[in-house]
Amino acid sequence: MTEATYRIHGATGEWEVVIGLEVHAQITSNAKLFSGASTTFGAEPNTQVSLVDAAMPGMLPVPNRECIRQAVRTGMAIDAQINRYSRFDRKNYFYADLPQGYQISQLYHPIVGEGEIVVTLDEKNPDSATKTIGIERIHVEQDAGKLMHDQHPTRSYVDLNRSGVALMEIVSKPDMRSPVEAGAYVRKLRSILRYVGSCDGNMEEGSMRADVNVSVRKPGDEFGTRTETKNVNSVRFVMAVIEHEANRQVDVLESGGKIVQETRLYDPDRNETRSMRSKEDAHDYRYFPDPDLLPLELDDAFLDECRASLPELPDAKRKRYESELGLSAYNAAVLTAEAETARWFEALVSESARIQNKGEGDVAKAAANWLLSELFGALNRLGRDLDTSPVSPAQGAELLSLVADGTLSGTLAKQVFEIMLETGDEAGKIVEEKGLKQTSDTGAIEEAAAKIIAENADKVEQYRGGKEALFGFFVGQTMKAMGGKANPKVVNEIMKKALQA
Amino acid sequence: MTNLTDLTVAEIRDGFRAGDFTAREVAEGFNANVAAAKALNAFIVKTPEHALAAADAADAARTSGDLKPLSGVPIGMKDLFCTNGVQTTAASHILEGFVPTYESTVSGKLWDAGAGMLGKLNLDQFAMGSSNETSYFGNVISPWKRNDGGNAALAPGGSSGGSASAISARLCPAATGTDTGGSIRQPAAFVGISGIKPTYGRCSRWGVVAFASSLDQAGPMARTVRDNAIMLEAMAGFDPKDSTSLDLPVPAWEQSLSSDLKGKRIGIPKEYRVDSMPAEIDALWEKGIAFLNDAGAEIVEVSLPHTRYALPAYYIIAPAEASSNLARYDGVRFGQRELPDGAGLQDMYAATRAAGFGPEVKRRVMIGTYVLSAGYYDAYYTQAQKVRTLISRDFDRAWESCDLLLAPTAPSAAFALGEKQADPLAMYLNDVFTVPASLAGLPAMSVPGGLDAQGLPLGLQIIGKALDEQGVLNAALAIEERAGFTARPEKWW
Repeated sequence: MTEATYRIHGATGEWEVVIGLEVHAQITSNAKLFSGASTTFGAEPNTQVSLVDAAMPGMLPVPNRECIRQAVRTGMAIDAQINRYSRFDRKNYFYADLPQGYQISQLYHPIVGEGEIVVTLDEKNPDSATKTIGIERIHVEQDAGKLMHDQHPTRSYVDLNRSGVALMEIVSKPDMRSPVEAGAYVRKLRSILRYVGSCDGNMEEGSMRADVNVSVRKPGDEFGTRTETKNVNSVRFVMAVIEHEANRQVDVLESGGKIVQETRLYDPDRNETRSMRSKEDAHDYRYFPDPDLLPLELDDAFLDECRASLPELPDAKRKRYESELGLSAYNAAVLTAEAETARWFEALVSESARIQNKGEGDVAKAAANWLLSELFGALNRLGRDLDTSPVSPAQGAELLSLVADGTLSGTLAKQVFEIMLETGDEAGKIVEEKGLKQTSDTGAIEEAAAKIIAENADKVEQYRGGKEALFGFFVGQTMKAMGGKANPKVVNEIMKKALQA
Repeated sequence: MTNLTDLTVAEIRDGFRAGDFTAREVAEGFNANVAAAKALNAFIVKTPEHALAAADAADAARTSGDLKPLSGVPIGMKDLFCTNGVQTTAASHILEGFVPTYESTVSGKLWDAGAGMLGKLNLDQFAMGSSNETSYFGNVISPWKRNDGGNAALAPGGSSGGSASAISARLCPAATGTDTGGSIRQPAAFVGISGIKPTYGRCSRWGVVAFASSLDQAGPMARTVRDNAIMLEAMAGFDPKDSTSLDLPVPAWEQSLSSDLKGKRIGIPKEYRVDSMPAEIDALWEKGIAFLNDAGAEIVEVSLPHTRYALPAYYIIAPAEASSNLARYDGVRFGQRELPDGAGLQDMYAATRAAGFGPEVKRRVMIGTYVLSAGYYDAYYTQAQKVRTLISRDFDRAWESCDLLLAPTAPSAAFALGEKQADPLAMYLNDVFTVPASLAGLPAMSVPGGLDAQGLPLGLQIIGKALDEQGVLNAALAIEERAGFTARPEKWW
């Protein structure tokens, strides 16, 4: 299937959009990039600030090995070039939230070089086109603090809790051509980061945010002048920024104006971008190698350890689910999109296989269907997610095994599941206590079937006259008469026989 | 009984151990000298109580037999080292009143070794200067006078001029210094004492107010080579809080001191014979050669071809780093803040920094900002870094034919205060012999070699291979023994 090409239809014809993203991802670590201070989200202002983070005289940065490790593992997860030699540079500028007067970053020699991410353009349709988005580099840098302007009538306060927190800046190539591609890229990137465990991907808490570079051009032309919209903190906003900014640029160009290379801000309330500063008054950051830090030189043992610690990544997992577990492409895609879903699913499958004494491939399909329809449906209703699911993978596996061995029909299973959600009880216990066992007692079923046939002579005649669709009606009525506990397979057989008589 | 304040570190340590006197007597003696020497302006802050407390602890430890390497020895602390609870200013207005809540690694090690602190020593502001005329707290005066009948106040050298002046005037037996381009060696030479800048990374920079991070290195200053060895042992060592710190054990430098240089080859770098070098400096150098020859060393001529580019490279790299290191003094978190009426954030920065930094600091911040700025970075900074590499290679090549280098420490004896202030370039030329070793991160030491015609001390410099502090100390000891330098300033203060 091919994607429709995204074009903006202007008065002078069609315009193409060129998009590059710089995603800032907070590295998951207990301590900051160059100090031992904690990084817990939501702490009281200035309670997580070391002397180094406050840039007191004589303080020196010492790299946190875990942050380096996470950046390297992330690079490996996107098949990127890992640079054995990298270096920290100072980016000099004055601002009250930047205590040192410079940010320690990596400009000249980043730790991760070129890589790529493959995205599926229509995530609802795993068979839709895929696109490879190039990654230019990943570098590691410190976050700044935060100014608080609303605490005092005439003063601004500074919270340095985030000062020095480790970030990865993941810079894409200008490979994206539509808001949909950009959205898919951010989601896929977030999925990979979460699999790797190098960033929690929590955009609401600011642990992941994007700078969105947009330019427009007539298809086939040279790149146009771009603008950069800073700190966009949701996938939806990223897509909105692109759409808005591309249209704005087309309007400017078509009315004879010029695009100014500038930094813009997105206002989600008004859904518009506003100029923050233009490049003319842009800072000259005076980058130079940080003389307080030796270059990073990674050895084989370190790289081997990083590689060995990588989990199975979403694309590989998806392929394996299809080939080994026999799942549909769609189910495999949905189950692997988030690390947490895949973890839950795998626990469910392995427990199911264990208690049913079958291979994983024999139980996976039923597990996937149940998870995606029943459990997700229930969680949606309850407004919860897998983390806080009232039913555990082991409990789900028990329920599935009762279906597999014929104890429960699908209808009964639904009933039992509802009770599980409410009480947290085990499926077996509920079946025992409520007598919800499925019956294959042919005598009782035959009796019920005969009764239904007798009560619906007209429909029997129609059925026998060729209206075979009525068969479902007879089965349904019999099931109802049996209180839902009859084995549908047995009901089918008996009813077929009875109607032929 | 001898005057306790005339004793060296080793003599105080040993005499105190032997029970010849108490640590309190020593501390009181030096405290009195410090108090009486206001005219030298060597101290920004006096801490007699710190010296006495350490002395009392030492006296108690002697009774219990629990002595440490520097028990009973009071010292001076250059005011570039952050000291817990004691004002630390780097001789700047912008940090006036700043009292750290933490102790620099080096000063902490010295206190752990039993030393006491007589006070915080004056210096060139943020260690930028070669004459001690850039301190916000006024010039340090050298205790030395010319013998020409004039009464000119002389520069004690910089930036560790307060340390130099205090040691020479017997206000303390030893002190800390820091050396970025010669700030231990040149002042030591100017006042007739010794000082060693160890290999870059030997002493932790943690808690030392930064000037130029890739060059700054702490070291001791004292009247004898042995005292320097004792002090350096207490100051050096790996510090996980400084990622440029060397993870190596500290050698027993004092124990291994030997002035027997048999089998050693001493290189004489021909490029150090600069134009217009005073004949006296040349003569001093010849004397040094004779001393080392006499100690058994073989003298060889070596070439350090890129020497003439060292000074320009240094005066690009050091200000570049300084411009960035000093950005944290912005009036937001500590120190002075200037907030003119209606000022915005940028105005506050500008006003604070304009009022808080002295002219030399401003000059270097401007130079550093310029050489790092877009469009000039490659022409200046990158080029200077290349020169730095070439200079390191020069030394590496020299080590193929010699073990140590001998050169003068400075191109002249101490000059009078004010004499060179109007000409920054002439001032920078003072560092011409000290800067190359700094750029290469090598250990280097100044030791008194004699007096010039005006009766002022002249220093000889030994430069060694990386980590060969022992070789440097030994050669310096050989010179010390032969030079018989006993001159001291006449007390006028």
